[in-house]
Amino acid sequence: MTSQTVDYEATGTARSATPGLGRNPAEPATLHALDVSAWFGKRKVLERCSLEMSAQRVTALIGPSGCGKSTFLRILNRMHEVAPSAALAGSVRLDGTDIYGPTLSATDVRARIGMVFQKPNPFPSMTLRENVLAGLRLTGARTGDPEALVEQCLRRAGLWEETKDRLGEGGMALSGGQQQRLCIARSLAVQPQVLLMDEPCSALDPISTRVVEETIRSLADEVTIVIVTHNMQQASRVSDNCAFFLIEEMRQPGRIVESGPTEKLFSDPDDPRTLDYVTGRFG
Amino acid sequence: MSTALRRRVDTADRAVSRPEPDPVDRPSRPSAVTTGDLLHVVIAAGSSLAVVLALRLVLDWNGVLGSAVWWYVGFLAVLFVLVRDSETPDAATDRLVTLVIWSIGAIVVGVLSWMVIYVVIKGLGGLRPTFFTEDLSDVGPLDTERGGASHAIVGTLEQVGLATASAVPIAILTAVYLHEIKGRMAPVIRFIVDAMTGLPSIVAGLLIYTLWVRTHDFSGVAAAAGLAVLMLPTVTRASEEILRTIPDSLREGSLALGAPQWRVVKQVVLPTARAGLVTAAILGVARGIGETAVAILTALGSDSMNVNPFTGPQGNLPLFVYKLYRVPDKTQIARAWTGALILLILVLVLFLAARYVSGRGDKKRKGVA
Repeated sequence: MTSQTVDYEATGTARSATPGLGRNPAEPATLHALDVSAWFGKRKVLERCSLEMSAQRVTALIGPSGCGKSTFLRILNRMHEVAPSAALAGSVRLDGTDIYGPTLSATDVRARIGMVFQKPNPFPSMTLRENVLAGLRLTGARTGDPEALVEQCLRRAGLWEETKDRLGEGGMALSGGQQQRLCIARSLAVQPQVLLMDEPCSALDPISTRVVEETIRSLADEVTIVIVTHNMQQASRVSDNCAFFLIEEMRQPGRIVESGPTEKLFSDPDDPRTLDYVTGRFG
Repeated sequence: MSTALRRRVDTADRAVSRPEPDPVDRPSRPSAVTTGDLLHVVIAAGSSLAVVLALRLVLDWNGVLGSAVWWYVGFLAVLFVLVRDSETPDAATDRLVTLVIWSIGAIVVGVLSWMVIYVVIKGLGGLRPTFFTEDLSDVGPLDTERGGASHAIVGTLEQVGLATASAVPIAILTAVYLHEIKGRMAPVIRFIVDAMTGLPSIVAGLLIYTLWVRTHDFSGVAAAAGLAVLMLPTVTRASEEILRTIPDSLREGSLALGAPQWRVVKQVVLPTARAGLVTAAILGVARGIGETAVAILTALGSDSMNVNPFTGPQGNLPLFVYKLYRVPDKTQIARAWTGALILLILVLVLFLAARYVSGRGDKKRKGVA
């Protein structure tokens, strides 16, 4: 792994974070991926991907299926290594600190860099309220005022008005879109600096999608957001920056063809393949 | 409701209840059983019965079982031909298979209910309140009014309780190792557990007898240890299957919040699997509660009450039934049946209680709570 060569100038502040209301809401941080490659077993799925995901910006990862967008996203909060055959190279820095370095454990990284999945996955054994607070219980953190935290997170996820009278009910009683916003609220409760979203709207109807997109836009000031999406319109609606992933041939690893401001990628891209993709000529 | 509206509703009501509704509105159930179908079954059953009765006379058959088998074969054959000629060969095959599956289900349910009803009929006579309060210590074979199984009930509850309390936690932790941790030893352990599933109970009894009883004494806790050996593989495998049904998305969701794995298992996986794990534990209890061979070699059995499971021979219900049924005496045999009935009731009560406990968790999950 080339991460060994990265300097650790910012590691002094690395372990101060304790999630919960006790500390100031986390500052959004810049995430910087450098020459990231990834393998499943012997198969290489990502080739030297470098991307800067700036603080207070929404970065969208676009591209056809199977080109490594989700793998790249999972590398950003160390969920890639959960799969037994997974391996990687390169480094990812959170405001300068290598998240694969010795100062941060995988659980520390995941508490700072939250993730929302494609399929809503509220915990069935918990009530709505317990679902929001699950991250605190699961990391062993405490908060002075859980009720305030529940309300704050549900408000930020745009779910408070619909659920404030039924916080004691099970999370599975909600609609798909509400469940996804509950998962967003659950991620926000541990005060992450970055929120990763893996096609958060692909299992939702258009109305729920719009609500989740509004939630994403309103969160952009407080937390850095990286979102994988198949939907070009969605990418242009919610993102400030964009990265276009592509595999040249079957069984080849995916690469970042082009990245930059969303407007530029959608109107005047440098690479002809990007133009073909965003105008719908393939993919 | 305004009068005008009510009048309109009234007319609508009358329109619906007219004697002959519009054929367009008549509800039809295309796959419902029709009188024609039933007629086929009746004709086939009747003609087959007639043939079998005739054959019994002509060929001088005596057996009931043989006749029943031939009647069933004839019934299926006639029905097949009838449906084939009036409908299609496919429909006939469909009807045939449906009937065979129905029959098999009916046989299984029939045998089960026959067993339960038989035990209830035989055992109900001896079921008096004193049966739960007295033991057999000073009761002779001619005492029809006194004597009970209190010592056996206490023994069963203590032995199965101790066995469950020790086997279920170990089994669930083993299942967690097999499916959550997926450790390097998992395939080996799974193999051993599978092999243990087939362990004859007398071997488990001999094991405890050799290791403990020979150097100490017969006791309830020795029986509990033997039962635990038998329950362990059953509960482990059932729990592992339950953990398999918990979607990985929940584990990933918890990990992504920054949780260490032990908290994921403790706070998300096991609570979600609770209802299923209770069922797995019931399977274990069911495996242990009727076990006789282990108890003979470990608890030995006793006619008097021994509340302390840690010292001295102790009775239990299967031993109670086994011992009394071998006595050639009507009173003792009747007591044995009552013991069997109590064993059945005990299993039923435990089963219902466990369902109730796990059901409360389910309600919350479905959002009713």
